[in-house]
Amino acid sequence: MSDSELLAINGVVKHFDISGGVLDQLRIENGRFKLKKVVVKAVNDVSFAIKRGETFSVVGESGCGKSTLARTVIGLYPPNSGEVRYKGERIDHLPPKRMLPYRARMQMIFQDPYASLNPRMTVRSILEEPVMFHQRGVSRQSVRNKVAEVMAQVGVDPGWATRYPHEFSGGQRQRISIARALMVDPEFIIADEPISALDVSIQAQILNLLMDAQEKLGLTYMFITHDLSVVSHISSRVAVMYLGCVCELADTQKLFHSPRHPYTQALLTAIPRLGVAKPRHVKLRGEVPTPINLPPGCVFHQRCIHTNDRCKNEIPRLTRLDDGTHVACHAVLEGRI
Amino acid sequence: MKRALRRFRASYLFFSFKRDPVAVVSFSILMALVGCSLLAPLISPHDPYDTATIDIMNAEIPPMWMDGGDKSFFLGTDIQGRDLLSTMLYGMRISVLIGIGAVFMQAVLGILIGLISGYVGGRIDSLLMRMADVQLSFSTLMVAIIVSAVFQVAFGVGKYEDMAVPLLIVIIGFAEWPQYARTVRASVLGEKSKEYVEAARVSGFSAIRIMIRHILPNTLSPVLVISTVQVANAVMSEAALSFLGLGMPVTKPSLGSLINSGFEYIFSGSWWITFFPGILLVLLVLVINLLGDWLRDVLNPKLYKG
Amino acid sequence: MGRLLEVDNLEIKFALRFGDLTAINGVSFTLDKGERLGLVGESGAGKSVTGFAIINLISKPGYISGGRILFQGRDLTKMSYEGVRQIRGDRISMIFQDPMMTLNPVLTVGTQMIETLLAHRNMTVRDAEAVSIEKLKKVQISSPEQRLKQYPHEFSGGMRQRIVIAIALLTGPELIIADEPTTALDVTIQAEIMDLLLGLCESENMGLILITHDLAVVSQVTEKIAVMYAGKIVESGPTERIINDPLHPYTRGLINALPEVAEPGTRLNQIPGMMPTLTSIPKGCSFHPRCDYRLDVCETEDPEFIYLENNKRRVSCHYWKNK
Repeated sequence: MSDSELLAINGVVKHFDISGGVLDQLRIENGRFKLKKVVVKAVNDVSFAIKRGETFSVVGESGCGKSTLARTVIGLYPPNSGEVRYKGERIDHLPPKRMLPYRARMQMIFQDPYASLNPRMTVRSILEEPVMFHQRGVSRQSVRNKVAEVMAQVGVDPGWATRYPHEFSGGQRQRISIARALMVDPEFIIADEPISALDVSIQAQILNLLMDAQEKLGLTYMFITHDLSVVSHISSRVAVMYLGCVCELADTQKLFHSPRHPYTQALLTAIPRLGVAKPRHVKLRGEVPTPINLPPGCVFHQRCIHTNDRCKNEIPRLTRLDDGTHVACHAVLEGRI
Repeated sequence: MKRALRRFRASYLFFSFKRDPVAVVSFSILMALVGCSLLAPLISPHDPYDTATIDIMNAEIPPMWMDGGDKSFFLGTDIQGRDLLSTMLYGMRISVLIGIGAVFMQAVLGILIGLISGYVGGRIDSLLMRMADVQLSFSTLMVAIIVSAVFQVAFGVGKYEDMAVPLLIVIIGFAEWPQYARTVRASVLGEKSKEYVEAARVSGFSAIRIMIRHILPNTLSPVLVISTVQVANAVMSEAALSFLGLGMPVTKPSLGSLINSGFEYIFSGSWWITFFPGILLVLLVLVINLLGDWLRDVLNPKLYKG
Repeated sequence: MGRLLEVDNLEIKFALRFGDLTAINGVSFTLDKGERLGLVGESGAGKSVTGFAIINLISKPGYISGGRILFQGRDLTKMSYEGVRQIRGDRISMIFQDPMMTLNPVLTVGTQMIETLLAHRNMTVRDAEAVSIEKLKKVQISSPEQRLKQYPHEFSGGMRQRIVIAIALLTGPELIIADEPTTALDVTIQAEIMDLLLGLCESENMGLILITHDLAVVSQVTEKIAVMYAGKIVESGPTERIINDPLHPYTRGLINALPEVAEPGTRLNQIPGMMPTLTSIPKGCSFHPRCDYRLDVCETEDPEFIYLENNKRRVSCHYWKNK
């Protein structure tokens, strides 16, 4: 572990058992009763490290496991295997009491500004609660001052603290959501699609706000999104996920300039670009398989034009190339592409 | 407090209440009935519990506007010579008390079980919900009949008369908690997956704090709606039990036992002993149900979000 | 090239308990045969309402209170309900953001396609099935004969949207109105659907009104753009001109706010504030509180259109009028 590393995850696996009770699992196969479990393999063996002060983006299409990964990192879901380390300390599977100090340092911003604020609480109590909980013994007055300070910082009039969330617009709610995360002076913030539910002109406001906060408070972001143009703008490094696996991890510049993994290449050509008529994008064969029945070998092999026998049988490992890019692809590693 | 009042006056709830004449009329009648029953000792012309003032010679006097009516007994008297109006007011007091008490008990039990069941999930959820299914498959009346019959045999009728009100509250309250548990569980399941609950968990709040402070307030609208219906049901259940002779004793009659006591005398001409308590019971249950209907429309999350 | 659609000074109001609320105020645009128009704006700008108005699908309490909608020379606002119904789904088709708004979950795709056809065409079921298969092929769905027997839930989101497009194509319409057709889809699928839609419009010579908030998507597909703000068109003209040289401060703001316009890592050029709601539209130019080019006159007078570049584009802005 180097000093600059803030958060590292190693071999994280998260599967969900959705098979329900015993009766739901019962199947008849060849005249015999069998119990069959249905498991969604949302995150499969993901490892990376996030450096202090950087914006680390995780991109992928819906169902690729990026949100599950975010929730596993922050401790909402315990991983099935693998470990999550914060400043070198293992924090997965910590009992709630010992997890508490990390709860104040890691915060999360959610996608839906309409669901992420409790409709029955005023903005003031939404913002005050985490502080009162984590910093026992602070005076009421200093918490109030902090609320006013943070609200002003995120651009919401502190005079509106006694209002309820439904009195605010989507953009303002997202600001309040960010304010809630900032209240406990965190070091690390996971933002799960924080702007995708907002209007175009509001998206820019929220992105600017996040960048301002990072600069002023020295925050580290893990940014979950499907929007590649946002990723290219704000992040320093990017991990591309497909079906629960990281297929490429690289510096933003490198990834957008010379994508290595065939999936990344297809993804990048699919971004609609302003003013470029007649898009020339790499078409993928077929559709994304379900995470219940993962294909053997490379998860992408059924849709890839570079597939050979090895791809169909052997899972490629995320491997570092000479230029510092990590890629999980047999074809790239063998020099076929 | 002033703020809260102003908020309420500006709210959608108050706005739609003002616009709905059925709601306004039902609410006024309900308030009048509840007010009368609470103030029964002050406003009723006689005290039906005071045996010293009751004269058996006054039994079965018809209402005052009929032949043989007596000015001091406005709605006539029952078979024991008690003033019917006073007895009805006292009886309604007991009915309302039992109704609200039973619903309070149902709500506490049901909300607690529903919250735990929905939030914790897994085996505990299965266990609690199967318990609810079993409970629901007994009818309220059957449970009540068995319990009160056993109680009367075990402790004697004298003791039963003293204990009747709390006992009925417990019986009716215990019989219908699954209604609440199921409703609360369903809305907890809906709320639990929302992001504000995840945000609370990210902040490290304990499960109990999240359940009580974050989820519970968001599940209360449906609870409010079924509460009105349940009060009406509980009043009806009590009346039914009393009518079967398993509820309130004749010395402390509720509306149900009054109806019962007059029932035998309908064909001998003393119809008023059953008729007036019956009308009162129907009116009480009707206005509560009408209010419940209005509340359900207003709080319907599909029609109104906030 | 004939005129396909002409929307002239359209006004839509919502009847509410405290009076009427104007949702669309004086919207005009034209569409030639086979032409593609992008209606761009943020949520609440009135772009979807405009789209619904064309096929007369405005739900109560909304109503068309003024203006004309000429489709192939006939005024849809003056037509009977039955008359509009015959045109809707036959000459004009609509594609929604959520495919399940079009698809009935309890009927097979084939049943739905054949029923739609039989409602508008006098033909046998066998012929209708043949047409359905042909249209499914057109939207590049493999083995269409089997697909006809499947239910909507057996398809992925992208496939469902393809089927919706196939249904829209059934009667060979002259105009397709697509309301955010790819917003709910992933980028790779969005790119495929947009390619498909563009290809179909070109090969079938269909007109397209693409309603979206995504300027990048519009810039790839359409020939003309109309930018809407608070119930009005503020600027319209050829796509290439508007993207490369936007005039209205709002259009400029929208384009400059895109992350790809700014240097990576720098602050984006945000438009301050937010769009007014229908109840609080400011006096004068509705954009003036957020505008960097604001003049005194903007606060009092609603700007008129000024026409530029051989009448091919227009912008309603005092700043450009005075220039």
